[in-house]
Amino acid sequence: MTVRIQPDDFDVSAEIAALRRGNPRIGAVASFVGIVRDVNEGDAVAGLTLEHYPGMTEKAIGEIVEQARARWNVIEALVIHRVGALKPLDQIVLVVVASGHRGDAFAACEFIMDYLKTRAPFWKKESTEKGARWVEARTDDEIAAERWRLKG
Amino acid sequence: MITVLYFARLRETLGTGSERLALPPGVHDLEGLRALLVARGGAWEEALAPSKPVRAAVNQVMTIGDMPLSDGDEVAFFPPVTGG
Repeated sequence: MTVRIQPDDFDVSAEIAALRRGNPRIGAVASFVGIVRDVNEGDAVAGLTLEHYPGMTEKAIGEIVEQARARWNVIEALVIHRVGALKPLDQIVLVVVASGHRGDAFAACEFIMDYLKTRAPFWKKESTEKGARWVEARTDDEIAAERWRLKG
Repeated sequence: MITVLYFARLRETLGTGSERLALPPGVHDLEGLRALLVARGGAWEEALAPSKPVRAAVNQVMTIGDMPLSDGDEVAFFPPVTGG
């Protein structure tokens, strides 16, 4: 289980290859990549800056991955989240889950992402044509995370 | 002494990212600390008012509700998170 917070970009293909290298128990790999869009709340976005809480952010994501492992059959998991200055088309976040079968991989990957959105300390500040502004938390993200609790 | 950290919009509004302070007698928990900071007035009162959706962590663990504090703790205040 690996969690990395870094300013640098990542190579999805290389990360997946490294994660499952030499492990014939892995029958399924699910991945999610989050990407910077050029629009938010109806305004053109020129770029954004991601701030985090060094120490806590890594721990919070590690805890989320442990919760996923307790719930599904996860063989390997990787989370990479970028910080610093990003622009539209840039990759922001990667979640990869390797399991024996697809059901566990899909569910754990989505769970990790939903929990990361609402529980890991990151904050986005975007620059728009109207000036710089902090991105507001979305109720939709809370609802997405809450679904997993209701599923029991 | 405890360490208090501020992130994102709060850091900008308050003009500081961290401070060390001694908990005065009578302040033993997170709610007490927040009230102490609000009592500074101005931007502090504005940013940390009870009506504001401020989140907190104690020793790098997100809190739900109030939480006792003790010497050496690291407390953080920040807005709802927006990563991913």
